[in-house]
Amino acid sequence: MAKTITNYFEELRRTRVWRSVFRSGTGSSTLHRALAVQQNVFLHLFSTKVRTRMLSFSTTWYLGTLTFGTFLILVGTGIPLMFYYHPSVPQAYADTKDLQFVVSSGLFLRNLHRWSAHAMVFLVFAHMFKVFYRGAYRPPREFNWVIGVILLLVTLLLSYTGYLLPWDQLAFWAITVGSNIASAVPVMGNKVHFLMLGGNVVNANALLRFYVLHCMILPLVALLFVAVHFWRIRKDGGLYAHQSEPRTVTAEAVPAAAKGGQFQ
Amino acid sequence: MTDPTSNPMSDPKDFIAGMDSNARKSPTRVVFVTRRTSAQVKVTDEDQVQTYPEVLFRAIVAIEALTIALVGVSLLFNAPLEGIADPLHTPNPAKAPWYFLGLQEMLHYFPPVVAGVLAPTLVVIALIVIPYFNINIEAEGLFLKDRRRRVLIFYLAAAALSVFLLAFDVYVALVPTLIIAGFMLLAVQSSPQSASAFRRYLAAKPLSFWIMTWFLFELAVLTAVGTFFRGPGWSWVLPWRS
Repeated sequence: MAKTITNYFEELRRTRVWRSVFRSGTGSSTLHRALAVQQNVFLHLFSTKVRTRMLSFSTTWYLGTLTFGTFLILVGTGIPLMFYYHPSVPQAYADTKDLQFVVSSGLFLRNLHRWSAHAMVFLVFAHMFKVFYRGAYRPPREFNWVIGVILLLVTLLLSYTGYLLPWDQLAFWAITVGSNIASAVPVMGNKVHFLMLGGNVVNANALLRFYVLHCMILPLVALLFVAVHFWRIRKDGGLYAHQSEPRTVTAEAVPAAAKGGQFQ
Repeated sequence: MTDPTSNPMSDPKDFIAGMDSNARKSPTRVVFVTRRTSAQVKVTDEDQVQTYPEVLFRAIVAIEALTIALVGVSLLFNAPLEGIADPLHTPNPAKAPWYFLGLQEMLHYFPPVVAGVLAPTLVVIALIVIPYFNINIEAEGLFLKDRRRRVLIFYLAAAALSVFLLAFDVYVALVPTLIIAGFMLLAVQSSPQSASAFRRYLAAKPLSFWIMTWFLFELAVLTAVGTFFRGPGWSWVLPWRS
């Protein structure tokens, strides 16, 4: 029989090096497939089995998966963008111009980063409403819904801090409009505004703060909460399936006579 | 252990009791099945698939399709880039990112502390507490139980909200409110025995559905208006006439 790609893959999984990296071992039995998930630090966030019904597109529209997909694209495009970018005034704008006109594929990188960012904000909202209309926030999933709300806010902050980085008119005035809202906070509005921008107006300090938040702090916070969000799906009994929640396992007293009296 | 008298197993009484385990360190669970009954587990089995490879494969395909779509968009449309930031030259209108334009639209009507601080804070709190209230968990049609009182409260709430929005000239938010209220009126007139499927659907919808749908509708309308229909001085413009 001709060797298939699967055969080659199985052979690869048997090699000493592969075995040293992955703990799950070889084989395509149900046990090994379960171990491939359970014995992997990243995959163990997920359950080893999923109800078949949950895979149909109409159930979730894959919105959570797609949101995570945009996050991966944003990390993948964001890191190369950082190589070409200085968070200083007016260098930031010059760097963005260079990305448009000088850097190889710089225009494409920036386009993909920006459109993916918009897509992520949209998908996070869509995911939230889909989860709501499915009723998937119901106990025992209350806290995962709360984590989802936190992730919504983190996503908005990520997008908002990234908005300033090109340092063009669009960026500058969008952040000015947005940050002025912070001044309206009762009692400590001006202090909040100052803390946010590192000054009374949007300036080089604000750019540096937004850069650090955008490239370092907020992605780490997002990743942390995403991990908890995924893990809680497993811990809370898998994706919510309407009308087929794992029912309470009830022990029912059945008269022995009715069962043929095998305990007699 | 060498002394046979210290071994609990050697004493038939201790053995029968079987309670020599330290519950704090090693809790022991014992099930007693009496002669007359048997334990029967009632649980429905559902078809399941392995996460690896089935589910992961589908997730990867979904993400790949998304990536292809976004790459296509990125090849066709360039991200906007205007002139260098100039604090002395304010564009008119100065707009926030699109997802905040609903907020900016509200800022046009209400003082910043209301539209910019109070309203978003309340929205976030409202979202967080959704799963902690039984009213959001029991999915019963809003007007199916305690009908007269609930219809009265609905009329009062809808009227109060409409008058409030009218008083501040917020027609942009008033129209979606009236449309949702119209559907709720239809729900009042409907029941699970209604002839039309749509009416049965409306009759079965709980309070949380109506509030969330109203919120989603307002969010979509306000964001769309702020994005496409607002020009210099936040005046009405048509997007196709720039």
